[in-house]
Amino acid sequence: MTTLTRGPQAPALAAPVSPSRGRRRGWVTIGLFLLPALVLFLLLVVAPILIALYASVFKWNGFGGLPKNFIGLDNFTRLFGTEVFRDDVWHLVVLVVLSVVVQLPISLGIAMLLNQRIRGRTVYRLVFFAPYVLSEVITGVLFSLILSPGAGVANRILGVVGLNSDWLADPDTVMLSLFLVMTWKYFGFHMMIYLAGRQNIPDELIEAAQIDGGTPRQVFWHVTLPLLGPTIRISVFLSVIYTIQLFDLVWILTQGGPSHSSETMAVTMLEFGFKRSQAGYASAISVVMFALSLVFALAYQRFVMRRDLEGATTRMGDHR
Amino acid sequence: MRRSLVLIATAVLLAGCGGGGTAEPAQSGQPASPAKVTLEWWHLSTADPLKTIWATRAKEFEAAHPNVTMKLTVLENDAYKAKLTTLTQSGKAPDLFATWGGGVLKQELDAGLVKDISDDVAPVLGDFTKAALAAYQFDGKTFALPTDIGMVGFWYNKRLFTKAGITAPPATWAEFLEDVKKLKASGTTPIALAGKEKWPGHYYWAYLAMRIGGLPALQQAGVDHDFTKPDFVTAGQQLKALVDLQPFQKGFLGAAYSTPDGQAATMSNGKAAMELMGQWAPNVQASSGKGLGDDLGFFPFPTVDGGKGAITEAFGGGGGIAVGADAPPEAVEFVKFMTEKGNHAKVVESGGVLPVLKGEESAVKDANLKVVAQSLASATGFQLYLDQAYPPAVGQEVNDSVAQLIGGTKTPQQVVDAITEVAKSE
Repeated sequence: MTTLTRGPQAPALAAPVSPSRGRRRGWVTIGLFLLPALVLFLLLVVAPILIALYASVFKWNGFGGLPKNFIGLDNFTRLFGTEVFRDDVWHLVVLVVLSVVVQLPISLGIAMLLNQRIRGRTVYRLVFFAPYVLSEVITGVLFSLILSPGAGVANRILGVVGLNSDWLADPDTVMLSLFLVMTWKYFGFHMMIYLAGRQNIPDELIEAAQIDGGTPRQVFWHVTLPLLGPTIRISVFLSVIYTIQLFDLVWILTQGGPSHSSETMAVTMLEFGFKRSQAGYASAISVVMFALSLVFALAYQRFVMRRDLEGATTRMGDHR
Repeated sequence: MRRSLVLIATAVLLAGCGGGGTAEPAQSGQPASPAKVTLEWWHLSTADPLKTIWATRAKEFEAAHPNVTMKLTVLENDAYKAKLTTLTQSGKAPDLFATWGGGVLKQELDAGLVKDISDDVAPVLGDFTKAALAAYQFDGKTFALPTDIGMVGFWYNKRLFTKAGITAPPATWAEFLEDVKKLKASGTTPIALAGKEKWPGHYYWAYLAMRIGGLPALQQAGVDHDFTKPDFVTAGQQLKALVDLQPFQKGFLGAAYSTPDGQAATMSNGKAAMELMGQWAPNVQASSGKGLGDDLGFFPFPTVDGGKGAITEAFGGGGGIAVGADAPPEAVEFVKFMTEKGNHAKVVESGGVLPVLKGEESAVKDANLKVVAQSLASATGFQLYLDQAYPPAVGQEVNDSVAQLIGGTKTPQQVVDAITEVAKSE
């Protein structure tokens, strides 16, 4: 029963150890715990980045040991000069804008609906979240069957009202079709983030606003939305980073076609690295993707998420 | 800020490793022969009868060599090419792998990944036809044995041709274009094409280049890296003339080759009148759709008026089995086992492959495959698929540029310029 009085005794247990020795032992423990993660991080994250950086300044077919034919920044100048790469960047911009302007607001709207006490909301939440659990490859195969211009379900149903389309087989509609599939797969994920964020907003604030006579619209715009700010900012961040690296879905659905009209940087990289055996050039593409992700992540956190991060740290301090 | 660094690091990991390989390490077997060995065999025969026959062969070989375990990896064309490249770039090769020979095999060879089997196969080399072996020999040395050799040509639906009032298959390109118009007028989709995969489209450009510029021109271009000769531009213009007739099935730009709504299935279900494809076409048609049976016919790619090429010049390729540099001796035994006269003739009989050994011709049972085998036997010249004959970068640029020509985003002149630029930089 002495355990019940453990509280006051606890410092006494640590007392015999001298402070400096204790600190040293503390560092050893920290080091030991960090070691496996650190080794993995260096091996699987830092090393590949360095190798890609190194390979990107060589003309190299990827075979036989380390590259030897140093060509400086030629891979990069060549890359920036190609139409395919400029299209990749354009596709990235299109998808990011569509995600932020269409996909995320839809997710937010559904999250707000499902936050209310409606019948069967758990079922809706489950159903809407389900596509996120599917692998991208399965999603891709599924939708290449649904959107098949000749035999697909989409055209059979929409054909009745004359809305059939070539979907992924037409350069003009392929990006929208791709975005449709992306939205289907990811809106549930963002919905879940927003739901979590919404539930963190204390009810008192909403109630106070309602008592002050705020209409539901006013409450949403002036109370809920601002308080969801940090959640929205992180969801935009995740969405953009995902889009920069978009590969699996595109590869299964279109392989970047027709005529490169849905190609992303990752698809171009695979095309050159593994089909054309130009590993140096493909490394240059991966370095550009890395730089893009890094610059975006740093800038976004510096300028957009700064307040959120500071808030988080101060609150942590308060608790201590 | 710590936390954000981890976040960035995660982003970096994803960017850095995107498209990273899933290659398995190849088995580097022991040289001591009685020891237990596992032979990894990669091939791409995903359709029957070959899929089943190859699996049976592996079992038979295991029974004859109790110390051997065969491990098969069977992948569809595009996936096979990508996965093999991923593995070979890591400095390894499967013990046994399917190859088309040509520039791609040469690159693997230059990287020291392919075994020189000249001495081992010297006694049986004389049994093979010269055309079947050519793609796997460099500087008088042999690096693979063929299991198949064939050619690309038009596979057509006789019933749909009759319905359109076409009595005989076209012999010239002008007739061909006329027939395409007739087929369209009769309410039939003239041609099935897998536009999502780029290799089927390159057959058109390659054949037109052969028929217009002649076989030597195409081979010369591979050597001097110049594809800008006027004849090659004309080839693109003729292909453009065909594309302008809108002869392909609805949504062809998004169609794959062997999927349920792909090129082979469209053909197989009677929804298009013809496809330009290799000797495996009847089998893939049968496995991906209803199959055409006796309605299926074959005619060689027509000649172009005023062109330098003859109708007897064939474009295509076969398939061979190469041995990884570090493979145990049993691997070479397996290659020989696969191409033994009795064994191979049975595969020919099944209609899975065409003769590669002298005197096997009588084993061809299917009427259409007989035509292919005879055209091949009497061919006056042979060109390997361009995406295999040239180094990978050049071959893929051919595929890519021609796909863009068909998709309407590149002109015939831009096609030859793009191919030349890549060829010169290699």
